[in-house]
Amino acid sequence: MSGPVLHVEGLGFAARGVTVLDGVSFTLSLGAPSFIIGPNGAGKSVLLRLLHGLLTPSAGRIAWAGVGRQAMVFQKPVLLRRSVRQNIAHALSLAGIAEDARITDTLAEVGLPHLIDRAARKLSGGEQQRVALARALALKPDIVFLDEPSASLDPAAARAVEDVLARVAARGMKLVMTTHDLHQARRLAGEILFLHRGRLIEQTPAAEFFAQPRSAEAQAFLRGDILG
Amino acid sequence: MEDLGSAFRQALGLVAAGDAGLWQIIALSLRVSLTATVIAGCIGLPLGALLAVARFPGRQSLLVLLNALMGLPPVVAGLLIYILLSRSGPLGSLGLLFSPTAMVVAQAVLITPILAALARQVLEGLWEEYAEQLRSLGSGPLRATGTLLWDGRFALLTVLLAGFGRASAEVGAVMIVGGNIEGFTRVMTTAIALETSKGDLPLALALGLVLMAIVIGVNAAAQILREASARWAG
Repeated sequence: MSGPVLHVEGLGFAARGVTVLDGVSFTLSLGAPSFIIGPNGAGKSVLLRLLHGLLTPSAGRIAWAGVGRQAMVFQKPVLLRRSVRQNIAHALSLAGIAEDARITDTLAEVGLPHLIDRAARKLSGGEQQRVALARALALKPDIVFLDEPSASLDPAAARAVEDVLARVAARGMKLVMTTHDLHQARRLAGEILFLHRGRLIEQTPAAEFFAQPRSAEAQAFLRGDILG
Repeated sequence: MEDLGSAFRQALGLVAAGDAGLWQIIALSLRVSLTATVIAGCIGLPLGALLAVARFPGRQSLLVLLNALMGLPPVVAGLLIYILLSRSGPLGSLGLLFSPTAMVVAQAVLITPILAALARQVLEGLWEEYAEQLRSLGSGPLRATGTLLWDGRFALLTVLLAGFGRASAEVGAVMIVGGNIEGFTRVMTTAIALETSKGDLPLALALGLVLMAIVIGVNAAAQILREASARWAG
């Protein structure tokens, strides 16, 4: 594992007078996937959007060190009303990358090379999510944020997405992901950041977290006693 | 009733015979309205897209103004353009009054707010869907505007067709600034008004039939485009 790439200190976020995140501090390093888990309303998606720069913190600071490109995959894939090829080409163009080979390479990576000229929004939900993943991977980001990327997919499609994530993580691409699927977190995560009511309760290696979580809140969550 | 039937038969005869006077009026009408639609589209569609994407002080006031201009009475628009283009007006030296160009200006002025407002409505929905993804990909407001214009192209074509329909049906403003000069600025709507007042129903009816065919054709094209875009792009 490399040294720290992201320092978060005292991060807070409030919207319309409601505190969503409060005093969140942690450090992330490149390497194994970091999973953000917690009950509904814990602030997982907001934290991901703050880290990716889609939201502005109300308090605290986020400092990156030595990280270049980032990408994000959302729970519901948002594809343009264009072909699969044009969707990825559009992202590459915005990033100033003129390498058409990346389109075919990443589609092969997600197992969809045969759909390259199909209308993206006419594909199934699982295929659309894999195209969204291909679009993110085509940018060759140092870090990819994923907001419950398989939450709205059927089990087979979810597994296909997970397989891709496992492969790219094994190659060293840093994944920071939220999920409600604890089995998926057990399979993929290197470390767990457990959020509850807008606060980071613990940051623990995944094996340790699932074997013996440190906090009472995480223990209750794993027992199913905290739902939201 | 017999007179009406006879007028209707004569009108069909004029259309079928390809009457030169009739087709000259139709050709000028199409040229003026198409040119006005293109000009209004070049201004109105990007303006609508920008209003859908950008948030800036005064945006709400601009939206209110745009909506108000959608209801601008054509004769008032015609009067204002007449004053601007008249010999003693600020643009009088251009010598455009009572020319097809003045009619293009009048129609473009009338439909630009309509195109901008409709485009904003269409693209605002698209922006709500795309905003977070485009920002994640690093797209600024200008690039996002271009993306919205392209991805909304089928819906925007129907907006353009609506604008063309509105322009080609316009009579008050083009009558004031065009003057309805035979062989020069006479278009379908002004000719229908004039021929009806003169009692020449066959020519008025023939022009009315063609105008109706154009309006129906434009709406049919809009419908086909909507369905084609839904089938292809989702």
